[in-house]
Amino acid sequence: MVGIALYIVFFLTVVSIYAIIVMGLNLQWGYTGLFNAGVVGFFAIGAYGTAILSGPDNVRLIGGFELPYFIGVIGGILIAAAAGLIVALATLKLREEYLAIATFGISISIQLVALNFASLTGGANGLVGLPRPFYQFFTEPSVYSVFFLCLVLVFAAVVYVALERAVRSPWGRVLRAIREDVTAARSLGKNPTMIRLQSFVLGSAIMGLAGGLYVGFIGFVSPIDFLPILTFQIWAMLIVGGSGNNRGAVLGCLIVWGLWTASGYVISNLVPPGFQSRAGALQAMLIGSVIVLTLLFRPRGLIGEEDVISTHAGASATPALQADAAEKG
Amino acid sequence: MPQALADGLLTGAIYALGAIGLTLTMGILRFANFAHAEMMTWGAYMALGVLTVFSLPSAPLGPLTFGWPLIGATVIAILLTIGLALLIDKLIFARLRGRVNHLTLVFASFGVALLVRNLISLIFGGEATYYTNTLQMAIRIAPGLRVMPDQVFIFCLSIVLVIAIHLFLQKTRLGLAMRAVSESPTLAEINGISLSRVVKWVWIIGGALAAIAGVLYGVSVQLRPEFGFQLLLPLFAAAIIGGVGNVVGAVLGGFFIGIVESMSVLVIPAGYKLAMPFIVMLLVLYVRPTGLFSGTSGGK
Repeated sequence: MVGIALYIVFFLTVVSIYAIIVMGLNLQWGYTGLFNAGVVGFFAIGAYGTAILSGPDNVRLIGGFELPYFIGVIGGILIAAAAGLIVALATLKLREEYLAIATFGISISIQLVALNFASLTGGANGLVGLPRPFYQFFTEPSVYSVFFLCLVLVFAAVVYVALERAVRSPWGRVLRAIREDVTAARSLGKNPTMIRLQSFVLGSAIMGLAGGLYVGFIGFVSPIDFLPILTFQIWAMLIVGGSGNNRGAVLGCLIVWGLWTASGYVISNLVPPGFQSRAGALQAMLIGSVIVLTLLFRPRGLIGEEDVISTHAGASATPALQADAAEKG
Repeated sequence: MPQALADGLLTGAIYALGAIGLTLTMGILRFANFAHAEMMTWGAYMALGVLTVFSLPSAPLGPLTFGWPLIGATVIAILLTIGLALLIDKLIFARLRGRVNHLTLVFASFGVALLVRNLISLIFGGEATYYTNTLQMAIRIAPGLRVMPDQVFIFCLSIVLVIAIHLFLQKTRLGLAMRAVSESPTLAEINGISLSRVVKWVWIIGGALAAIAGVLYGVSVQLRPEFGFQLLLPLFAAAIIGGVGNVVGAVLGGFFIGIVESMSVLVIPAGYKLAMPFIVMLLVLYVRPTGLFSGTSGGK
């Protein structure tokens, strides 16, 4: 019984960390229409940044600055934001898909650095013995797990509330205006490149935060935790829940990660050992199918974006607008 | 140094073939097809499948490691790759085209790439394989420069195909139609060009070249379900630095990336070789966003 309860705590912690990434992606894609094909890269940068800054001193490594955990997390966030800035500056003024290609490139490059720059990242073995926040105050590991879940939930809630406020602010309205019609937004004196840049960098920073929390959760980093499949999983979570809606992002995260975990459980128990790698392929195809089928048959996802009606519209105008929006939806 | 150059030209030849299809989809269908490199993997594995199913011998031709069986299998693989490309277009891309934001197509291709790659692992398993176990001796053609007969064949075949595609686009009515759509779909349609016919031919040409490039990669390196995924970045880099929609540019871009990648090993650790295309592409985007040989619809 305790085993199951601990597993649920573990599952929810992973879901909450991924939910933070999905909310970051939702800001980029859902609200601003920017395609990030290298989500896992920004997550990895946040994790490795935190690990290098806060990790224990080691003569064989460049890092291990032994900074307090939360300073490490802030460092990871800043490095992830800087990486976002570099690709965004190169591509945001160009064709929209260039950003997709450049982000894809950065995630591949980060993977190479993680594997090969052993004196910084520990190579294939990764970095171990990383600090976990407030760990010294707990004697029971299981109590600490519950505490850490609460800590991650607080961070997730802060990101959620902050994003909800941001997208409902004038700045958030400009984001959607740009996504819908760049020319119209520009004619109203908005600077689309600048706003897109802000949204993309902020989204990257949020993914970096998730990376830092992940380090605190497992206490080590290695390239195995940042495989390209994670990018696809995060995208599946966003699209299933409904992009352009933070509640959808969180719901999609719960559903897709639940589906992934359940299918993994079925495969490891039912499939003979010799066929596990092929069964793994089946699991990845499940994610691919979820993405393609949702795009084809339910592009708005489960919840979808709320129709926004101007608060300036008078009482008489509102029903007509609502009917119009319902028809379009 | 000459050895690195020769290796770079060889890799570049394969990149060039893959990049042609990619630049055509980006120029004419106007979306970055993340599933394009998986067409290469698919083609390479279909040829392997034909060889395995009919248990054909390798029957090497002269100094090469392969013979008529692989060439025949490649022809079938080309047809199967074109079939897959047209099927995916009909089932997925055609339904989304024009209906949604074109980035949604990019997104769909992202999902398709994952599906195709894992379908291949599911059928063939994840281990690395080869078309043949024959070992080939390199021939010394100059001091410090060795090449394999297969490599010479691959290089020559790529050059012939590239010239053929160039002549096709420049000299035939269909090629003209494709270039017209690449410049302006609306104007092309007003002039009576059938968009759906052009779209179909983009998939046919892109699919065929991808299958050939995949088989050639399999001959010169090895077959692994992830190899297409790893080639995606060099292919995008080749298409972008060549100028999107510009076939000759994509070919030169492919050779350029191949040479830079292989020369880079002289200066940086070999583990980072795969990041070179990204760095070159980022530099080009910062300095000259339309690509080095400006394309029809590159940059803005």
